[in-house]
Amino acid sequence: MSGAAAVSIRRVSKTFAAGDVVALQEIDLDIRPREFVSLIGPSGCGKSTLLRIVGDLIRPSSGEIVVNGKSAHEARLDRDYGIVFQDAVLYDWRTVARNIALPLEMAGWDRARRAERVREMLELVELTGFESRHPWQLSGGMQQRVAIARALSFSPALLLMDEPFGALDEMTRERLNAELLRIWRETGCTVLFVTHSIAEAVFLSTRVVVMSPRPGRIAEIVEIDLAQPRTGDTREDPRFFELVTEVREALHGGSDRGSPRLRVAE
Amino acid sequence: MPVLRRAATLLAVLAALWALWEGFKAFGEAVGLRIGAFTVDDLSMPHLHDIVAQLFEPSRRNGPLLIEVLADAALFTAKEAAAGFLLGAAIGFALGVVLHHSQLLQRGFLPYIVASQTVPILAIAPMVVVWLKAGWLSVAVIAAYLTFFPVTINALRGLGSADPRALELMRSYAASRWAILWKLKVPASLPYLFSAFKVSATASVVGAIIGELPSSIQDGLGGAILNFNQYYLSSPPSLWATNLIAALLGICFFLVVAALERIFVRRAPEHVA
Ligand SMILES: Nc1ncnc2c1ncn2[C@@H]1O[C@H](COP(=O)(O)OP(=O)(O)O)[C@@H](O)[C@H]1O
Ligand SMILES: [Mg+2]
Repeated sequence: MSGAAAVSIRRVSKTFAAGDVVALQEIDLDIRPREFVSLIGPSGCGKSTLLRIVGDLIRPSSGEIVVNGKSAHEARLDRDYGIVFQDAVLYDWRTVARNIALPLEMAGWDRARRAERVREMLELVELTGFESRHPWQLSGGMQQRVAIARALSFSPALLLMDEPFGALDEMTRERLNAELLRIWRETGCTVLFVTHSIAEAVFLSTRVVVMSPRPGRIAEIVEIDLAQPRTGDTREDPRFFELVTEVREALHGGSDRGSPRLRVAE
Repeated sequence: MPVLRRAATLLAVLAALWALWEGFKAFGEAVGLRIGAFTVDDLSMPHLHDIVAQLFEPSRRNGPLLIEVLADAALFTAKEAAAGFLLGAAIGFALGVVLHHSQLLQRGFLPYIVASQTVPILAIAPMVVVWLKAGWLSVAVIAAYLTFFPVTINALRGLGSADPRALELMRSYAASRWAILWKLKVPASLPYLFSAFKVSATASVVGAIIGELPSSIQDGLGGAILNFNQYYLSSPPSLWATNLIAALLGICFFLVVAALERIFVRRAPEHVA
């Protein structure tokens, strides 16, 4: 099982020395290749911390992470991760094209290859024609699409996204949700996605991992069995509402009763 | 028209300064104002038009005009100052980069670097001349001594100013330290560096002028100041005119750096909106 997993999280705990915060306690999770897994939970339950540990940006206090058969550290050095944060974090002094090309420069691609890949990426996120703009000339949604293009430019196996659409308005968010699913299908990458929005988690994911706080644990995992590909109609499917309700109850159950392993009847 | 408005502002400021100087002088002379040993008269405060007119008088009998002599001196000093500025900026930046990467060195050396600036340049200058022999290089080193410090301090701040998430992204690209430095930290530090360069540019002119004195260099503004100081009683406007040219040289240095800043520092215009 763990050999076939894209990401395997084994008994991972994290305690921050500053303030003795137990951010995560004994997290176990396997993510299969090409899965789209969302982490959802109240603020402060350790979603970002878990994502950062998977991406080898911070070390767990105990436990281990295996990514495609490698340690998280090796996976990072192999450039297996594409990361997108809530803010696009683009370089103001670079054009859109050169922002997307940045990871390729690190990977030592020559100029011609970079230009070719940037063109493909602009097409993928539907920003062709904007390559010579500067970030501050773009809307928030467009900036986030540039950030996604940059994260995917070097074809990472795993896309880690921390509330990437959290700062956008509802309409832009829904459009980018649809676009992200198309990109996910086209690139075949595995996605680990953090969100605050239940509807967003259900719409996007193949599985939703509901977390509970203090200490951060997995309260429940909800399989999202909605048909692929998901479209505007998906949001009106009765099954969509059932799943939204299921995730909501898992969220509330987890924090009200403090029971970390509560199961909701199917 | 912003250009016209700026020109008008400049003229208004110059006119106000002129009025302040001449008004104070007229008032002081009328009431016989004395502040300690300071008396307002043509010796202590020549008319501004006399100072400007002096520029177009021969510097000595049958000699070239004073402005020509001062322009040559200013050019000479400008070269020393520019060399000192480049040397100081390079050393200051390199020091900033090294200290940024080592907490240990930073804790060990930063106090001494700060202390170095409390030693008066007038005490340093003669020693530099003894070590390097009087000449162009010793003057540049003295100017560099005044230049490097603001650059080091602002380089440290600027290199540390990169967005922590941008640093995390760099980690996820498996970027080398070198790449992180040149592609993220240095560009992020440019606004800080240019603030320092602007301070240092004018300081390097001061450093060059001071450096000429113990080196006994006659060809620059420092030599001219010393020379006209000796003849102050016979011709006060000459020294004032020299000071005016020295100030203009400092302003030129500042403007050159400010122009480079506009080219190299591309800031999002969010501060405007
Ligand atoms: N660098 C840190 N130092 C100390 N405590 C931290 C640090 N990062 C996160 N925490 C704490 O860990 C807990 C989980 O944080 P986080 O993973 O950011 O939560 P979430 O993303 O779910 O909102 C919070 O209580 C937070 O205050
Ligand atoms: Mg978070």
